[in-house]
Amino acid sequence: MISLAQTIRLALTALIRNKSRSLLTMLGVVIGVAAVIVTVAIGTGAKSSVADQINGLGSNLIVVIPGSVSTTGAKTGTGGASTLTAGDGLAIAKLPGVAAVSPSVTVRAQVVAGEQNWQTTIGGVAPSYTFVRSWPVAQGRFFTQTETDDTAKVAVLGQTVVQQLFPGGASPVGQTVLIKNVPFTVIGTLTAKGQSGGGQDQDDTVLIPYTSALQRLTGGTTVGSLMVSAASAQTIDATQNEITALLEQRHGIVAGQPDDFSVRNLQDIAQAASATASILGLLLAAVAAVSLVVGGIGIMNIMLVSVTERTREIGLRVALGARAAAILRQFLIEAVVLSTGGGAIGVALGVVGATAIAVLAHWPASVPLVAVVLSLAFSAAVGVFFGYWPARKAAALDPIRALRFE
Amino acid sequence: MTRTDPVVDVRDLCKVYALDGSEDVVALRGVDLTIDRGEFVAVMGPSGSGKSTFMHIVGFLDRPTSGTYRFAGHDVAGLDGNALADLRSRALGFVFQAYNLLPRTTAVENVELPMIYAGAPAAQRRRAALEALDAVGLAKYAQHQPNQLSGGQQQRVAIARSIVNQPHLILADEPTGALDTVSSEDVMALFRRLNEERGMTVMLVTHEPDVAAHAKRLVTFRDGRIVSDAPTAREKVEVPA
Repeated sequence: MISLAQTIRLALTALIRNKSRSLLTMLGVVIGVAAVIVTVAIGTGAKSSVADQINGLGSNLIVVIPGSVSTTGAKTGTGGASTLTAGDGLAIAKLPGVAAVSPSVTVRAQVVAGEQNWQTTIGGVAPSYTFVRSWPVAQGRFFTQTETDDTAKVAVLGQTVVQQLFPGGASPVGQTVLIKNVPFTVIGTLTAKGQSGGGQDQDDTVLIPYTSALQRLTGGTTVGSLMVSAASAQTIDATQNEITALLEQRHGIVAGQPDDFSVRNLQDIAQAASATASILGLLLAAVAAVSLVVGGIGIMNIMLVSVTERTREIGLRVALGARAAAILRQFLIEAVVLSTGGGAIGVALGVVGATAIAVLAHWPASVPLVAVVLSLAFSAAVGVFFGYWPARKAAALDPIRALRFE
Repeated sequence: MTRTDPVVDVRDLCKVYALDGSEDVVALRGVDLTIDRGEFVAVMGPSGSGKSTFMHIVGFLDRPTSGTYRFAGHDVAGLDGNALADLRSRALGFVFQAYNLLPRTTAVENVELPMIYAGAPAAQRRRAALEALDAVGLAKYAQHQPNQLSGGQQQRVAIARSIVNQPHLILADEPTGALDTVSSEDVMALFRRLNEERGMTVMLVTHEPDVAAHAKRLVTFRDGRIVSDAPTAREKVEVPA
């Protein structure tokens, strides 16, 4: 009786004898697996970059934003109401689990410096903002509590704004910029922070004291959001509950009534973002899996053709003493070698493709080992599944007819 | 299996093909035949006489409807498919009209094929295959592929393949059917030599009297029965000598 190793050798010989057809048969699985690897690499890269960006938002960050309002039955979305005040922020700052609070008032405005001008987001914040967002100053200094209390006309510029308004490379510190025609003195610049999780340029901003923003730009008393830094990561949930209780009390919300604000911590945002990335990854993987199955059907197709084409060879092998099981094994091994070989080539191509995307598109792509192992295992399974029928057909051939087959 | 038993011993062999929707076809109607070790038997008969069916049954590629078949002393009726496959690989050598060599495969690899299915180790296979090629006069063509060989040479490679396992019986199905006269003579001379010098038992199916004349014994089939069984002219002349 023939050994398994010998059967594998026979199968490999048969495949090598038909090199070009073997390679073409593999192509479907090659493309399928390469697609899986590239999509998984992109998905993993997206997830890790989302996590990086969320960590970059600040340490132990809790964000309080206004809730929706429903005065006439039509609800605005979250953040639609103007219910948060700087006073809320000061009250939160007194809670024991809170390290720092900064209100945030944002407004789009044209900023002019000499002959240059630029439309950007003006952020009215407190001095604690650099701590809350873990965002240090690059040049000059940030504004002080005194300047905040005095509604001073001082500004700190993000790097994008620096490039737009001071293209010559001269230091903007000490210069004057006009924000909505109000002159502000530039006292510092922020370090570059890059894109946010949503793809926004975080450096395209000008920070001024929130008091100045309220008085000179928006003319109101409510703030867009409150950014709270919890004292420790362990107590972040407790702190969040304390903030909720405090604001409900301050806003006179009784039990059973919906809150007019919402408190979110970084983990919620991270989870939402990574859930989005996961769904995207799943979608891509599903498309890739379909292409793998199509590749498997391609293998089955060619194996069926191969069985018909090699009918006489099969008859001969039976006449020379091959057991039916040996014929079945040989054809099954051929199919598995085709699919697994295709899988291996696909992994190699996928890694090359993912690296190319990482380099060319500056997208962080990484290929997890588990994806490689799973793709190879899945393509082997595709070979077994789609190779079984043709192999059984080959093993069941009547040798007398097979030998006469033209 | 002992060497004293007849290689082939069939008694009252019948084969009926059941066809859907039409009358059954009776291919063999009670065949009795004994082939002893060292015999060279030619089987002749017109198309449909049952000679091919007979050969397929003798070669374990088909099973009789009734009757007994003892191969080298063993009743094959009780053997399953795997046992028959093993018997084919160890005890039988097939030669076909169309050579049936694997394309894009060297002569020596083609000759090794039956030994692969018999489970012989690689070194032993290669040695036996080269010996078999030497026996058919093709030692220096060992590394040639079938498309680099003439028809006669290809058939001789096929004969080398049939003898590589030292089988009890060589079954040749119209081995000269695709060959010209000169190659035909070569191939038949080879069968005679294997039979006379190596004592190999050969059963040959043919419809050409010239080819059958190389055998020692001629069995003629007609309508599923043996109608004559006699020594050939060659044997008759040689026996008194």
